[in-house]
Amino acid sequence: MTTDEHNTAGGLRAQLARVSNLDRRWIFLAMGLAVGVPILLKLRFPEVPGPLAIATFNAIEAVPEGSRVLIAFDYDPASEGELQPMANAMLHHCASRKHKMVFIALWPLGKQMADETIKNVLLAFHPQYQYGTDYVQLGYKAGNESVIKMMTTNIPQAFPSDASGKTLSELPLVADLESVQQVELIITFSAGYPGAKEWVQYAKSSYPDDFVLVAGSTGVQANQLFPYYPKQMEGMLAAIKGAAEYEMLVTAKYPVTKDKERFEEGRRRMGPQLVAHLLMIGLILLGNVAMVAGRSRQSRGGQGAVR
Amino acid sequence: MSAHSSSDSNNSASGDSSNAQASRWIWIALFAVGAIGLACNMFLRQDGLAIRHVEITSAERVQARVVIGAGADSLAKPAQLTSDAAPLAIAAKIWVEPQDPRFATGEITRVDGVAPVIWETQKLLTRKEAAANEALQTHGDGKPAVVGANELATAAPDMQISFADTFGVWIAAFLTLAIFSFLYRDNPIYKVAESLLVGVSAAYWMVNGFWTTLVPNLFAKIAPDLVRAYAIPGLGVSEHPQQDMVLAFVPLTLGFMLLWRLAPKGGWISVWPLAFIIGTTAGLKLVASIEADLIAQAAATMKPLVAYASTTDSSGNAVRAVSVWSSIGSIVGIVGVLSVLVYFFFSIEHKGLTGKAARVGIWFLMITFGSAFGLTVMGRITLLAQRLEFLFYDWLNLS
Amino acid sequence: MLRRTIPIIILSATGTMLVVAYFSPFTLSWGETVLDWFNILAAVAFVLGAGNLLAVNLEKVSSRKAGWAYAAITLLSFAAMFIFGIFKVGAVPNPSAPDVHLAGAYEGLPSAFGWMYEYVLSPLTATMFAMLAFYVASAAFRAFRAKNVEAILLLGTAFIILLGRTAAATLLTGWIPVDSAFAVLRLDNVTTAVTEHVSTAGMRAITIGIALGVAATSLRLLLGIDRSYLSKG
Repeated sequence: MTTDEHNTAGGLRAQLARVSNLDRRWIFLAMGLAVGVPILLKLRFPEVPGPLAIATFNAIEAVPEGSRVLIAFDYDPASEGELQPMANAMLHHCASRKHKMVFIALWPLGKQMADETIKNVLLAFHPQYQYGTDYVQLGYKAGNESVIKMMTTNIPQAFPSDASGKTLSELPLVADLESVQQVELIITFSAGYPGAKEWVQYAKSSYPDDFVLVAGSTGVQANQLFPYYPKQMEGMLAAIKGAAEYEMLVTAKYPVTKDKERFEEGRRRMGPQLVAHLLMIGLILLGNVAMVAGRSRQSRGGQGAVR
Repeated sequence: MSAHSSSDSNNSASGDSSNAQASRWIWIALFAVGAIGLACNMFLRQDGLAIRHVEITSAERVQARVVIGAGADSLAKPAQLTSDAAPLAIAAKIWVEPQDPRFATGEITRVDGVAPVIWETQKLLTRKEAAANEALQTHGDGKPAVVGANELATAAPDMQISFADTFGVWIAAFLTLAIFSFLYRDNPIYKVAESLLVGVSAAYWMVNGFWTTLVPNLFAKIAPDLVRAYAIPGLGVSEHPQQDMVLAFVPLTLGFMLLWRLAPKGGWISVWPLAFIIGTTAGLKLVASIEADLIAQAAATMKPLVAYASTTDSSGNAVRAVSVWSSIGSIVGIVGVLSVLVYFFFSIEHKGLTGKAARVGIWFLMITFGSAFGLTVMGRITLLAQRLEFLFYDWLNLS
Repeated sequence: MLRRTIPIIILSATGTMLVVAYFSPFTLSWGETVLDWFNILAAVAFVLGAGNLLAVNLEKVSSRKAGWAYAAITLLSFAAMFIFGIFKVGAVPNPSAPDVHLAGAYEGLPSAFGWMYEYVLSPLTATMFAMLAFYVASAAFRAFRAKNVEAILLLGTAFIILLGRTAAATLLTGWIPVDSAFAVLRLDNVTTAVTEHVSTAGMRAITIGIALGVAATSLRLLLGIDRSYLSKG
């Protein structure tokens, strides 16, 4: 190596080593752009439904038409980005299968999410749904897993009234509902504790054959839930990818004629997702290259050590 | 945020400060571009200012009395309550729409002297719905109908600008940006937003706990008539109200004892409800963790090492064949679970064969954590996408 | 007696009752009663949390500690939200009892509580969590170093998941025919295999480990061996 070449290589190495000290605001800006620009450009990529989404779709399809379904909204606005697309598509799926739905929430803000979904999906796309006979909102109840446990034996004691203050016996859909074993399908949109894990632990494991359990899970929680699939949980959607795939399956079988974008939220978010993932990989690689460069500089005489 | 902690010994202090100066100017330029873009969007684009519309409809209810013996339907006379004389008296007066068909059949009659209650209900419209409504309203002037007008009722509903919701969207956008401002540096606006979040969410949780759990599950048992009169008129009647009331004093007392934590003295008093809470949790978790996580997970691990799959042979007959990939999957699964469990087993020294197994266990754990990391990143990015969608679509109307 | 013996009895009795209720239908209703009380106490805990928050912030304001103005904002916003919710300000009347104001729906628009939820609480909570996307990027850049086999495995898996769970999987390896012998090399299939067999195995072992730990801790509590909670008073 000539001296010049040596200097150039050393200069590049020095530059790379200095990258380690990059002001993190530039990284923030890069992340903001990686997510923001694809949203503005409406970047879309083709998605192919994976085995998990197909299994989840089939699990719900296998439940007889017109069954009673319990839907738990166990999330809050912090996870709306991931779970709302799943909730939208699943409510449309259930309504297309003419299921009767009972809504509850184990998260204090979950009832708001449920109300929003009922208004935007159930009543907007299936206006024939009548309160009391086709769907009931039981609302939020404090107590986490204790509420689930109680629902396996005595729903009227846990919920003396629905969210609007009506006694359960006055509402035909839930008048005879004593326990969750009487429903055919339980769906939980789960963002953490309490959520899908607790539904498996306190309901499904004790009554494995009484109902089908399906979960929509955030990315953060998904790994924790994989061991329960498929024996303790017949289906699960993991993160926004799961939502996007499931949206495709549902709208392919049960197409909508208006406001299609309501069931494209998941797919819409996969565009920024890809770009941001590539940025993440790029950042990790860059960080490692900078480390190697810094190390080799260090070994050459201790100059420019990178902390 | 230490923007420029100089750690490169080649860098002189002056070089660093000139760097900082340069990046400050870049940031100022970026913010300026953003502000100009925002202003242009608001004032130069026709649809650039977020405005919310609501559809107003009015609702009316009149009080009616159920005529006993007139074959009242299940709605007027709840089946579960008829066995008791008292609830029938409660259910006998109901609020119905003025056009309720049961007036005509004589099942119910108006209660004299009780004024009807009339109120307005608002439906927040999406931008698309508002545009369609506007098109309908201006249709009479000869202007053409725009988007999706045919999907709506022909008569234009009563639509008006909602100042509360319009202001709300702007507040929401401001608060979103206020939180994001922390990314640049800590600042008073961020701190205000943060303080607001803490106060509002604490009150939300408390109020929600009060109306959804304390009132129906506790107060309704202690003072059912009071709760029925002021909060839950539709509350059912218990079969054994006395017993319910006596039992309800236990959680009431425990609740007060729990709140004693706020008092400066007598901290031990709150240990009783704490013991109750811990006892309940322990009792629930003991069974659930063994049943769902220990036995069921161990069972899920024990799969046949050689997996078969049904396929068809060349002549179309169903045959069972060894599925190589499924078998490898099963073996990997069992090796993974066992090796990680060996790693978790700290009672024996990780040496020799145990040490090797534990090392394999660590590799499995690393792959598990890598997968968890990937999925977590995925989740976080989605949340950011949702917030940016709010800013771009709902606030700036860029869609 | 009051400080030690009774709490231990309460804990053991409630816990044991629930375990027994699981196995015996005769004590089922006792278990339900315990759970009902537990739910009520869970709601009381929200009151306790709010009380704590008020105490801390009132102290800050009254002693004019640094940042007391922010504490005042917290108090004011708490007070506003509390009044809006408890008195159901602007609530939509309940159609089956429009004359009872407190029977109305307070959570949705256009009630004051609903407005605060929709335009203050919801955007603030969602944005707080969205911020993590930025921090995770910065942390990955700074801390993720392929220094040894373990770190390489972790990074490699993360890359596979990040690529495999987006359209990158199709774009990069979509050319491999689905029915060919090399189909296992398609990124989407690799992702499925890694999640289904490897990372699920790891997670399963973690789940079993945690279950053993939880069961042991619960048992220690119920049998009165673990009494650390007594010092919480």
